Amino acid sequence: MSKQKLKGWKGIPEGGAVEEPGSSVGFDVQSWRTLRPVKDKAKCTKCGLCWIFCPDTAIKYNPDGSYDIDLTYCKGCGICSRACAVKAITMVKEER
Amino acid sequence: MARVGLSGNYAIAHAVRMADVDVVAAYPITPQTTIVEKLSDFVANGELNAEYVNVESEHSAMSACVGASLTGARVFTATSSQGLAYMHEVLFMASALRTPIVLANVNRSLSAPLNIWNDHSDAMAERDSGWIQLWASSAQEAFDTTVLAFKVAEEMRLPVMVNIDGFIVSHTYEPVELPDEEAVRSYIPSKPMLNRVSPRLSYSTGVVGPPEYYYEMKYQAVDAIERSRGMLRAMQAEYNRRFGRDYADIYTYFMKGADYALLTMGSMTGTARVVAERLRSKGEKVGVVSIRTFRPFPSDILGQVLGGLKAVGVMDRAVTPGGPVSPLLADVASCLYGSASRPVLQGFVAGLGGRDISESEFEMMFSKTEAAGRSGHASSTIYAGLRE
Repeated sequence: MSKQKLKGWKGIPEGGAVEEPGSSVGFDVQSWRTLRPVKDKAKCTKCGLCWIFCPDTAIKYNPDGSYDIDLTYCKGCGICSRACAVKAITMVKEER
Repeated sequence: MARVGLSGNYAIAHAVRMADVDVVAAYPITPQTTIVEKLSDFVANGELNAEYVNVESEHSAMSACVGASLTGARVFTATSSQGLAYMHEVLFMASALRTPIVLANVNRSLSAPLNIWNDHSDAMAERDSGWIQLWASSAQEAFDTTVLAFKVAEEMRLPVMVNIDGFIVSHTYEPVELPDEEAVRSYIPSKPMLNRVSPRLSYSTGVVGPPEYYYEMKYQAVDAIERSRGMLRAMQAEYNRRFGRDYADIYTYFMKGADYALLTMGSMTGTARVVAERLRSKGEKVGVVSIRTFRPFPSDILGQVLGGLKAVGVMDRAVTPGGPVSPLLADVASCLYGSASRPVLQGFVAGLGGRDISESEFEMMFSKTEAAGRSGHASSTIYAGLRE
């Protein structure tokens, strides 16, 4: 959640209620990651398996039919890399 | 107003009826059972228009109460002992989600051995659950405290536990003054919750609080119970004015000019008063202090009342095995630690599992407290009435 401005206890709705629908869009999980997916665009066949298998919303579908990795939501689980039929996604050690 | 003969349990049931609750979810357990039995009568015969949810366990009872309370309903449940223990994890959710549930806990020991009689182990095991804990020691006080509990719970949006001693208060019939229903309802008008689950509002509750937020969310409930101390006193004062009572966070008896005191909680205060009065007539400077509001702990008032005494005997009807001292003494000692004029504190454990605490045991406790004051040193916890 590194990029987010965290609210103090006075700023959170009573009882920890979440008043904004779909607020998990603002939930940045990058700090959880120890491995980062790196895609070889030359190998990618745009089949969409990574998009189907990603348990979060870290694979973005583009209007031109291609896919990008959105690291904001990527916890580094590596499922996309395992699912890719042409081994276009490699997990590399995250360095910060 | 009507003056009727009621047990402590029935007095609570009448308070709940007059509070016009919307939902009762409960599971029977001795010695609480007659509260929810009476409430089911009220619902069945039309005296109380409430949803009566029969659940399969106390865990479900408290879960149903949390859900109902989040919709803005006025909610009540009652339990004892193992039942309260079975509610344990949901009690913490009730306070953190700020649901103003009122729970009557008819104090009973925890197994083993299986024992249905009174002590305070059940409530003490939940003292850190974030609930306001009030203690009543007569049927009248049980009625009044339950009405007050709804007022405080809804104003602070915190759950409130009303404790009465099993059998000693719960099953003893006493004359109880029941105020008019309209008077009770004007004291606790319906007050919807700030955040309530409704088709018209979109909000999520009971969400995950990751390390970045759990701490802040938890602190909200800590802050609320701290603030409830002043609110409770104001509402208690309003109750006293409206209904002609004199409730306070702590009670003092024979404390004018006292050098020694026994600190009690619940029904054992009665015997302590009788014995203190007798000792006073013999010229001994003893008094009794009884705590009614256990959470939030009345540290400020207690410090004023006990500061300057030579010794205080603190009576616990519960134990903290392996701990330095039993639970009530631990709190009293903590709140007096910084005081320059703190008395010697002598710990007593008594009355576990419904064991009667006799007058002669109270005399022994007063005498041991005086001895501790004279020598300036307390002995380790004395287990009154324990056979070797």
